[in-house]
Parts: sequence; structure tokens; C-alpha cells
Amino acid sequence: MIQLAVNIKELALKNPVMTASGTFGYGTEFEDFIDVGRLGGIVVKGTTGSRREGNPYPRMAETPAGMLNAVGLQNKGVDAFIADIYPNIRHYQTNIIVNVSGSTIDEYVSIAEKINALDDIPAIELNISCPNVKEGGMAFGTSCSSAHHVVEAVRKAYSKTLIVKLSPNVGNIAEIAMAVEDAGADSVSLINTLLGMAIDANTRKPVLSTITGGLSGPAVKPVALRMVWQVYKAVRIPIIGLGGIMNATDAIEFLLAGATAIQVGTANFIDPQVTIKIIDGIEEYCGRHGVKSINELIGYAHKY
Amino acid sequence: MKEIQDFTILSSAFVNREHFLMKVQLSKPLLPVFAGQFVEIKVADEPDVFLRRPISVHDVDYNDNTISFLIRVCGKGTDKLSRLRPEESVNIVYPLGKGFTVEQGKYLLVGGGCGLAPLYYLARQLNEVGVFPDILFGVRNAEALLDMEKYQDVGNVYVTTEDGSVGERGFATQHSILNHPENYTHICTCGPEAMMKAVAQYAARHHIRCEVSLENTMACGIGACLCCVTETVDGHNLCVCTEGPVFDAATLKFSKM
Repeated sequence: MIQLAVNIKELALKNPVMTASGTFGYGTEFEDFIDVGRLGGIVVKGTTGSRREGNPYPRMAETPAGMLNAVGLQNKGVDAFIADIYPNIRHYQTNIIVNVSGSTIDEYVSIAEKINALDDIPAIELNISCPNVKEGGMAFGTSCSSAHHVVEAVRKAYSKTLIVKLSPNVGNIAEIAMAVEDAGADSVSLINTLLGMAIDANTRKPVLSTITGGLSGPAVKPVALRMVWQVYKAVRIPIIGLGGIMNATDAIEFLLAGATAIQVGTANFIDPQVTIKIIDGIEEYCGRHGVKSINELIGYAHKY
Repeated sequence: MKEIQDFTILSSAFVNREHFLMKVQLSKPLLPVFAGQFVEIKVADEPDVFLRRPISVHDVDYNDNTISFLIRVCGKGTDKLSRLRPEESVNIVYPLGKGFTVEQGKYLLVGGGCGLAPLYYLARQLNEVGVFPDILFGVRNAEALLDMEKYQDVGNVYVTTEDGSVGERGFATQHSILNHPENYTHICTCGPEAMMKAVAQYAARHHIRCEVSLENTMACGIGACLCCVTETVDGHNLCVCTEGPVFDAATLKFSKM
């Protein structure tokens, strides 16, 4: 029997495979394709204090081995999440983690307080790294002091597992990770999307309505892997790795770089069953390599 | 209910310079598919065709579990798709989105360019409830026309060409059948944005119910990525993939611009 279970502080995952915020809706969108109860966790769409319509269309551009998005946190707000969505997903046999985003520290704190009261939400992921909103978002995640401030404030208001999602659009991601660890984060997840842009040579215009957007997909994987490696050396809290994971081999690479769990994002758009294939693939890898517990793999590459 | 399945290509051939007709078969019974719905096809495992391609349903045959697509080659993905040969397999997520309203009424279907594709299956579904629609095609010239005989079997076909080489000269919205709005209770349109807007505005002027089928760029096709949105008249963004691609034109800001 191969042990796939891992822990992110008090958050117990039956396996290390989670879904990345903004790529899996609320899980309900995927029920026709997979048993969502097999997942280690679902990180639901970024949730803000009030309803947001997001950015104007066009919001997406396909790029080599990836895509740019500029959705801009479209969601119905935390109160609508609690009233309309939470009752339909709280019974899932997996961890539901709410991705929390705000324009001000007060907004982050107020959402965290409301989510803290929900019995079936064992963790939040604090999004201080969204590149597609004018206020807040990434602005909190690109300096150590602002990252520290927002995490410290939310920590006081939130008693369960607090994950902080980091931006790769910084000079030194390890320093940001250390700042949020110091402020009381239980875990860091990385990376959010990389700032990029696309121009249509025929129309001679930027493709996205917002000009810039966030790059995801296999194109960013080497950058994400490098950042997980660096952050693993810098902090003691568990890391959740993401960025371009398309299959079980990619997932294993993130574990070897130091991630305790991983998130699958853009791959869900191409294969709605990919998460299950990754879970099965990790188990198969462990069997093939004589790995008894997934924990043996975490950070293993640092031995060399 | 949606599913992901490997289909086998039965046939694929160009019907004119830009469009090809591809028929794919499933080895088990198809889920019900409605006119105006679409599928997401995985084209190739190549970095430059990273995402699936959303393709509208041109026809369905439950007797042999086949779905047909009429596809315009407009980029790398559709070009690669056109090069796949019979007996090759394609992975398809289907059926996706909400289709056209099929009910009793006096229907006019207006298609431009590749927007003709879903209107064939729509006409067939209308025939099944006893409705024989008028079908108006707007194309550039005779060369861009598709198999008209097939459409004549399912509706009364009218054509405009920009150069006057077939049918009336001009755009679809300038055809003389539109001088008689009293002949229609329902208009369904699919094609270039400018054409659909003009059709929607015509319908609004004459108080005719109008459904438009949008083709916004999208990634997932199942309402997860929120990339394909269109704005409603009350300022909300709706996913074209799940709330559409067919919308009541009166509800969208699209038709007012």
C-alpha cells in the first residue's frame, strides 16, 4: 500500500493533487467528467468582498505551450458564495479551499472572517498575486512589507490553515516567502501566473482588453520549478507547487523540488480528467520506484 | 450531461476553398445533442495548438452515432484538423452549451460565412417539429457558397452575394425577403459579428424574437476559465460556453452596439 496522503499543517490531503484557483470553477463544472472526491483538494475561484464582473472581453490568448488570461477575478462575492455555492459543494469528499482576494487589507480580513465560520472549509488561500486587477492583488505580493502586513492581519482573523499564494513577478520570491512565513502563514503556494502579453500582427493591436495578462501552462513550468526549489531552501512551512503541471511526471518533479502538494491549473482546460490521471500516475510512479510514502519524494532533489 | 470520448473520423473533405466537412463516429450511443450546441476537439499534442478548438455541430445522426462538423480553416488549429484522415481518432468533449429554441413558429435562419454550419442541424430539428424555415445565406461570391441542395431539402433557401454572382447582390441584411417582417416570428443567426448585430437590430425593430450564436475565443468550454464572456444589457458578464453560445439577442449588450 503506497501512502499518498500529505499534510499542509492541519490540512490533511488524501493525496497531493489539488486544483488551482480559477481553473476548476467550484468543482461542479467537472462532475460529469470525474469523481471530485478523489482529489486532494479543490481551490475554488478567487473570491472577493463583493461581486466583480472582471475585465472586458477578450480575456484570453493562446500562446506557445500555454495561454494568457486576464479574467480579473470575476466572481459573485463572498456572501453569494456562502449562500448559493457553499451549500452545493460542502458535501464533497475532498477539501474545499477558498481563494481569497481583495483590494484592501480590510477586505481580505472581512472575507477571511466570514469563511472562518464555515465548518466545511478547512483552509483559505490568500491571493496576493493576481496580475489582472488594478487595485490590490499582486500589489500586496510584490513587496515583503506589504505581503507581511496583509498576512499578519488575516492571520489574526483566521484560525484554520492559511495558505498564501505567491507571485512570480518579483525579484526574489524566497524573500517574500520568508516574510509571509514570519507573518504567520501555514503554507505558501507558488506560482501564480507570469505577467505577459500578446499582439496580433494582423490587426496590429494587443490581443487582451487589458493589454497584459497572466501566462500559464507548460511554458512557465521551468520558472515555477526553480522558484519552488528556491523557496524550499528559504522556509520551513510546506510548499504547494504549481505552474504548467500537465501530467504525473511534472507533478513528481515539483515534489522533488520541495513541494508537499501540487496544484493542477491550465491542464484542466485541455483534459477535464487530467487530475485523476495525475493521481493514478503518481501512485504508479511510486510503485515502479519502490516509494512507500509520497513524503519520501518531497525535496529529494536537494540531496544532490 | 457531458462526456469526453475518442471519436473515429469517418470522412473529411474540403467542400470549397476554405471549408471542410468532417464526420466522426462514436463506438457507443451518443448523448443527446441539440442544434446550436458545440464540442471541444483536441487537435494535436503540439505546443502551438495548445488548447482545444470549439467547433459547432453541423449535423447529428443517432442511427450510426455520428456528428458532422463544417469547419472553416482560419488558423493553425483548424488547419491541422483539416489534415486528419479517416480512421484517425479525435478526442472530443461534448455536447457543450445551450442551443437554439426549437418550437412552433415562422422561422428565418440567417447565416454568413461559416455561420451556416449550425443552421443545417437547426433546420433539421425544426423540420422534426413540422417547421420548414426560410434560410438566408450571405456570402462573398459564388465560390464561397456551400452545398445548397442539402439546405434546400430542409428549408427555403435565399442567397445574397457581395458581387451579385448568385442570388441578390449585397449583404444578407439587404435581401428582399426582409421587406416582409410579418412573415417571421423567430430569427436565428450565426456568422460574422457585424452581420449578427444588423440582424439582431432588424429583429428588434420589428419585434421578432432573435437568437444569436456567438463564437468568442475560449479555453475550457465548460465554464471554468471564464475567458469567453459576453456582457448582458444589465452589465453582467456571462460565459458564452455555458450560458450560450446561443443567446436571446435582446439580453446582450452585443446587439445594441
